Amino acid sequence: MNRVFRSLFCLLILIFLTAPIVVVGGVSLNVQKHLLFPPDGLSLRWYTELLTETAWLIPIQNSLVIAAVSSLMALSIALPLAYFLWRYRVFYARALFMLGIAPFMLPPVITALGFLSFWATVGLYGNIAATIISHAIFFVTLPLVTISLGFESIDREIVEAAETMGADSRVVFRTVIFPMVRSYMVSGYAFCFVLSLNEYIVAYMVSGFTVETLPIKIFNALRYGYTPVMASVTVVFVLLAALIFGLIGRFGDLPRLLGAMAPENRNG
Amino acid sequence: MIGEKPRGLGAHLPVFYPAVMLGVFFVIPFGIMVAISFFARQPGGFYTPAFVMANYRSLFTELFARVMVFSIYIAALCAVICVAVGFPFTYFITRMRRKAQVIWLVLLVSVLSLSAVIIGFAWSLMLSQTAGLSNLFVWLGLMEHPVSWSPGFWALLCGLCYVAFPYTVLVLYPPLSRLDPYLPEAALTLGASPLKTFFSVVVGSLRGPIVASLIMVFAFTLGTYLLPQILGRPQHWTLSVLITDEAIYHSNLPFSAAMAVFFMIVSLALVALTMMVGKGGTAGQR
Repeated sequence: MNRVFRSLFCLLILIFLTAPIVVVGGVSLNVQKHLLFPPDGLSLRWYTELLTETAWLIPIQNSLVIAAVSSLMALSIALPLAYFLWRYRVFYARALFMLGIAPFMLPPVITALGFLSFWATVGLYGNIAATIISHAIFFVTLPLVTISLGFESIDREIVEAAETMGADSRVVFRTVIFPMVRSYMVSGYAFCFVLSLNEYIVAYMVSGFTVETLPIKIFNALRYGYTPVMASVTVVFVLLAALIFGLIGRFGDLPRLLGAMAPENRNG
Repeated sequence: MIGEKPRGLGAHLPVFYPAVMLGVFFVIPFGIMVAISFFARQPGGFYTPAFVMANYRSLFTELFARVMVFSIYIAALCAVICVAVGFPFTYFITRMRRKAQVIWLVLLVSVLSLSAVIIGFAWSLMLSQTAGLSNLFVWLGLMEHPVSWSPGFWALLCGLCYVAFPYTVLVLYPPLSRLDPYLPEAALTLGASPLKTFFSVVVGSLRGPIVASLIMVFAFTLGTYLLPQILGRPQHWTLSVLITDEAIYHSNLPFSAAMAVFFMIVSLALVALTMMVGKGGTAGQR
């Protein structure tokens, strides 16, 4: 296909993907409490409101705590599981791996309803701990997949060499294996963190009325009258996601994480 | 040694904690949900343990059928659009230099990670009267007055495609990046036109992944629950919205669970179908 068509096509896609964000960015700069684009002047008051109003600060704090803790928990589940499945051959390995993939593969509303049934039965419905654990399970797929990729990238001969030199499995893990999967763990954590920040249905079903997260707050604001603060919080979200994935793209191997098998064959 | 059988209970130790966590917090919740779908509903939002089929019988209503048909219709439409546009686009990306690839991937993953709430809000602004596209058209002289295009069917379709497009590209990215670059090159050398090369060699050798991606995007879109509420009207509600609505606003957890179980069976059938399709028809891969 010729070059002009190709560039034009990619440009149109770029516009489609960025136009809504540009409009939101413009709206967030309005001086008055209007949702106008182009904005009626430039001001950052909706960003300061975001950082000073408790109505927004509490959801921000909830979201950050939930994302940070649940991602750590997801990592703690995924790391030993990925290690075990890589290290040993067992007949139930495939079943366990599928179990780790399933929460993310099913339509989210089903997983969310499962969590709701469970927490209502246990009596922790509406508790922040319920949201944290639910998110950890819901997103465990991401670190599981990235860390498994990390283990697969380890040259088995290196491990065997370490063992031949007399290192026991603990020492091998600490000095050889762990440093090699560390960057994959960071990527898995980052994916988990960003998705947890943006997650709505599970957080809403499990404790939406008591633990307000940022997406829940935005949705409620959508229902009861728009304000430009919603635009400024959106911009912050977009920038945060772009920053985190940009860092993974810069320091990690994003094409490989996303499934390209032979990135080294492309020149660049 | 790697790939050996674990010896003794000690070797099984690392798998213990993940297995317990997934068992307690995923398998058990699932079991409870399936159980509740058979429970009898009491007035006032409670339910008592029982084994009744009433919740499943409630699935055979006109409302449920209409919502189901609409969910399938809009998800299928969205899947066809996204794969038709996403396939050539993904092909272009995989032929770019690595640096350009990474930049596109960062953009796509960032958009994909955005909350549906945020995307719904952004598109409702894009299509609104005060801040929307129609203002641009008025300025260009194409329209007389700015108008509001949201909520409505097309607004919903735009939002759904915006969510599903990055997903489509990421689903198609692995098979396309594994496509042997010499294959299209050989076709070109042998005198095929670029268009013919694309359709017969690239599309032809990836028929399996294309069908698999269609099903995956369809299933992904079928699960949407927020956009129909923000960008659509009540007649545009999907099955996921209905399930949430029953559970939260009508406090009818048994009926909601029955719908979810039905929905899960449909989804699992789709996953099985994807796996069957994905196995065959991947020629030209390294």
